[in-house]
Amino acid sequence: MPSKKVLWIVLAATLILSMVLTACTTPTTTVPTEVVTEAPTEAPVVEKQQVEVFSWWTGGGEAAGLDAMIKIFAAQNPDIEFLNAAVAGGAGTNARAVLATRLQAGDPPDSWQAHAGQEIIGTYVKADQIEPLNFLYEEKGWLEVMPETLIPLISENGNIYSVPVNIHRANVLWYNPAVLAANNIDPTTLTSMEAWIAALDTLKAAGVIPLALGEQWTQMHLMETVLLSTLGAEKYNGLWSGTTDWASPEVTTALGNFAKLLEYVNSDYSTLTWQDASQLVVSGDAAFNVMGDWAEGYFKELKVEPKTGFGWMPVPGTQGTFQFLSDSFTLAKGAPNRDAAIAWLSICGSKEGQDAFNPVKGSIPARTDGDVTLYDEYLQSAMVDWSKDIVVGSLAHGVVANDSWKTEINNALGIFVADKAVEGFQTALVAACKSSGPCK
Amino acid sequence: MHNRRDKWLSFLLVSPSIIAVAIFVYGFIGWTIRVSLSGWKGLMPDYTFVGLKNYATLLNDPRFQIDIRNTLIFTAVFLVGAVLLGLALAIMLDQGLKGEAFFRGIFLFPMAISYIVTGVVWRWLMNPAMGSRLSGFNLLFKSLGLDFLVNTWHTTPYWGIAFLAIPAIWQLSGYTMAMYLAGLRAIPDQLREAARVDGASEWQIMRYIILPLLTPVTLSAVIIIGHMSLKVFDLIVAVAGKQLPLDVPAIYMWQATFDGNFYGLGAAIGVFLLISVAILIIPYIRFTLRSEENS
Amino acid sequence: MKKFRLRKKHLLYIPLVFLAIIWLLPLYVMVVTGFKGFEEISLKTMWNLPASIQFDNYLEAFGKLAPNLWNSINMVIPAAIISSILGSLNGYLLSKWKFKGSDIIFPLILFGMFIPYQAILIPLVQFMKAVDLYGGLPGLVLTHVIYGIPITTLTFRNYYASISNELLEAASVDGSSMLRTYWSILLPISIPSFAVVLIWQFTQAWNDFLFAVVVTKPEFWPITVALNNMAGSQIIAWNVQMAGAFITALPTLLLYLFLGRYFLRGMMAGALKE
Repeated sequence: MPSKKVLWIVLAATLILSMVLTACTTPTTTVPTEVVTEAPTEAPVVEKQQVEVFSWWTGGGEAAGLDAMIKIFAAQNPDIEFLNAAVAGGAGTNARAVLATRLQAGDPPDSWQAHAGQEIIGTYVKADQIEPLNFLYEEKGWLEVMPETLIPLISENGNIYSVPVNIHRANVLWYNPAVLAANNIDPTTLTSMEAWIAALDTLKAAGVIPLALGEQWTQMHLMETVLLSTLGAEKYNGLWSGTTDWASPEVTTALGNFAKLLEYVNSDYSTLTWQDASQLVVSGDAAFNVMGDWAEGYFKELKVEPKTGFGWMPVPGTQGTFQFLSDSFTLAKGAPNRDAAIAWLSICGSKEGQDAFNPVKGSIPARTDGDVTLYDEYLQSAMVDWSKDIVVGSLAHGVVANDSWKTEINNALGIFVADKAVEGFQTALVAACKSSGPCK
Repeated sequence: MHNRRDKWLSFLLVSPSIIAVAIFVYGFIGWTIRVSLSGWKGLMPDYTFVGLKNYATLLNDPRFQIDIRNTLIFTAVFLVGAVLLGLALAIMLDQGLKGEAFFRGIFLFPMAISYIVTGVVWRWLMNPAMGSRLSGFNLLFKSLGLDFLVNTWHTTPYWGIAFLAIPAIWQLSGYTMAMYLAGLRAIPDQLREAARVDGASEWQIMRYIILPLLTPVTLSAVIIIGHMSLKVFDLIVAVAGKQLPLDVPAIYMWQATFDGNFYGLGAAIGVFLLISVAILIIPYIRFTLRSEENS
Repeated sequence: MKKFRLRKKHLLYIPLVFLAIIWLLPLYVMVVTGFKGFEEISLKTMWNLPASIQFDNYLEAFGKLAPNLWNSINMVIPAAIISSILGSLNGYLLSKWKFKGSDIIFPLILFGMFIPYQAILIPLVQFMKAVDLYGGLPGLVLTHVIYGIPITTLTFRNYYASISNELLEAASVDGSSMLRTYWSILLPISIPSFAVVLIWQFTQAWNDFLFAVVVTKPEFWPITVALNNMAGSQIIAWNVQMAGAFITALPTLLLYLFLGRYFLRGMMAGALKE
């Protein structure tokens, strides 16, 4: 039976080959990581505890800020190995996909990053994937040091579900002081949509790009500030709680304002990242840009001087209101390393952790007792506003609407930006609130 | 020579692949179909049967209509571009020129690189900014005095998606070139010689002898490019981001599923893509297998 | 041996050189930007040569990518080899040792080539978790092997179908069995097809991002995921990013540059049957 013999030889050869090859891959790749992780340990026999933290902070100031917090964590918890599972891409959308597949497979990281607010409540709390953290807030006394207005936005039925590390402001209007001066526009007079639109007309006539705009999410960002400006804080909040009617004439006016603003933007907006759009302001190609205050960190990287190279103010009509978003960390239900995860969250909520992270990232601490001297001029002004303004949440950054609702709004927005039909847009927004929001 | 035992042995040896494909392809397709018929909305699985509701939503969805329009435009430009350019390159390189291997290498190399690597470069090259912010190809055109070529690329209303086929053509023309080159080299010289003896011009030989013999190659190229085009995702995300005017089904599927937690709807788009691919390739596979049997 | 020939064939160099330049432009921008300093980066000056040639960016990018480079190498080589062997065996059996249903099984395997991978990420992760292959490189290797089976089987089947049955029957008269025929007759003449399939699979697995990012954990991420992670969402150092992109592309580029002719030769060998 020569054929059988050959068959077995080939089968065995294939099996051995594949085993050798896969075996090759496992040791050669695990060995270096083990060497790295075990080298600093003093007691070699004890198995090291780990904590896996998932985020989308992989580059620039945010990664540097995360590293600063990890350093503090390592100093306080020398026995715990920190596994930094960060995936970049598309404002965290790759990261979200990876996280979703892991949670569905029952393999949660110990703690993960998410925007505070409905992004957490509508997705992870609803799916019963995270633990309430009230015990930690009580133990650490965080309720006393975090703004009262913030807590309800990150809670559901009295349970607090995440630890906010930072606060960003969404409703900031950045401008080029030289361009405004050359066109005789005084930024302090821009306190309403009407005044702003008049200024935009002047700029358009002068041949500058009046308002710099970027890709689709920056359009949603602009839209949320216009909604806030036109409706005011109370009615804006009502949009998300169900008390303001999306079909109301005020919303029509707001959408009309938004449509009007789109007449003043650069024609290549759809290809620009937010950085590209913000850069148009400091380069003098454009006069205004509405962007979250992470833009300030970008301007600093570009070595532009505050006040002379760029100026800032609340989006006209939103003075006295702080439209916020916050990156926060959660505790996974069934976290493989629960104690280590709580140790991590303790750093996230601590003054030391937040003061290490935020100056580097270019945001302000969620705690109100941050050390002001660590922060630059803009951030200090934001800290002042944070403590006295009315706080409302951002749509584009996950605070006020759950992910499904936000996605439906995003679809409607995409169509609106292309066809500019206010009526159809409003109908779609009404439908979105019914299908994924609180509207009946 | 094929006895029963051999047939069993043959089946046995293929079976690991059959099992793997059964799970990884058909099992997963089955899962997708099941989800597409469910009302799953939210992070965790919910297989409540809702019938064809998700498909009905898609049919009335203005975004999905844009997706279909964009896919058709993109596919048409990509197909025509890659096939014609590949054929032209192959004919040129089949002339026995010096440096043939060098040129082949240049036209083939983009296949080696993914859009994760080249996406940003293409984003820069096709920058549509005008006036003092002119850059990329537009800047190059202007400095070469070819101002009439300066254009708005993928920000062109309605037809913008057609420009996104340019990087795709860049990447895949080398592959179609290789296919045509292989096809050309397989044509026996006697055929051409005989035609020449009969007094046919070089153009007639090309038109009436060579091109018809290349039909199977064209068919393969159409299938390969067509299915890539239906599934296009990385290229558009890398070059243009996720924005509605340049939306395609695969991007909508991703956003519906992972950004919006509309798992049922996302799966329905996935099934739609599978059906479109099947419509494209099943007749091709049948045709190929049948012509094989006949020969 | 006169082929189809244009009369003034040297004129063809004009379009060929022109197209070759266009083909190389993206690569030019990538390499040149990788040499520039951070302050030099601007869209308006993207065509300019760098003020000075400095390798700092390449060194910095290499430092960031090096650990993941090993993951890629350790994953890609077994993935390419195993799927090629499986494809060759399948191709042989499905073309020369047809069994009942083999003509249905072949197109069914082939269809696997065409599924949109984004649609099956969730069941893929769940399956890998269930068989305890989630997180490490063996699971990623398995994924690439399985999704490589359709194309490798197709390539080998087409090639083997072109080999005359007389050749194989002559062997079987000698008393040679199924696998011995494969081993001693087909395998030696399959080298060109192996070249095609190995290059193809190597490139596919090397360039993959989607499977890698969902199937493996950070310590096993291949180079593409690391490259993607180099760009944060705040400020992006394009010079380092481009240098990293070039480093990531280099292995597959070299593969095509040095083995590209085997790729073509293999394709031609497969096409000879038509």
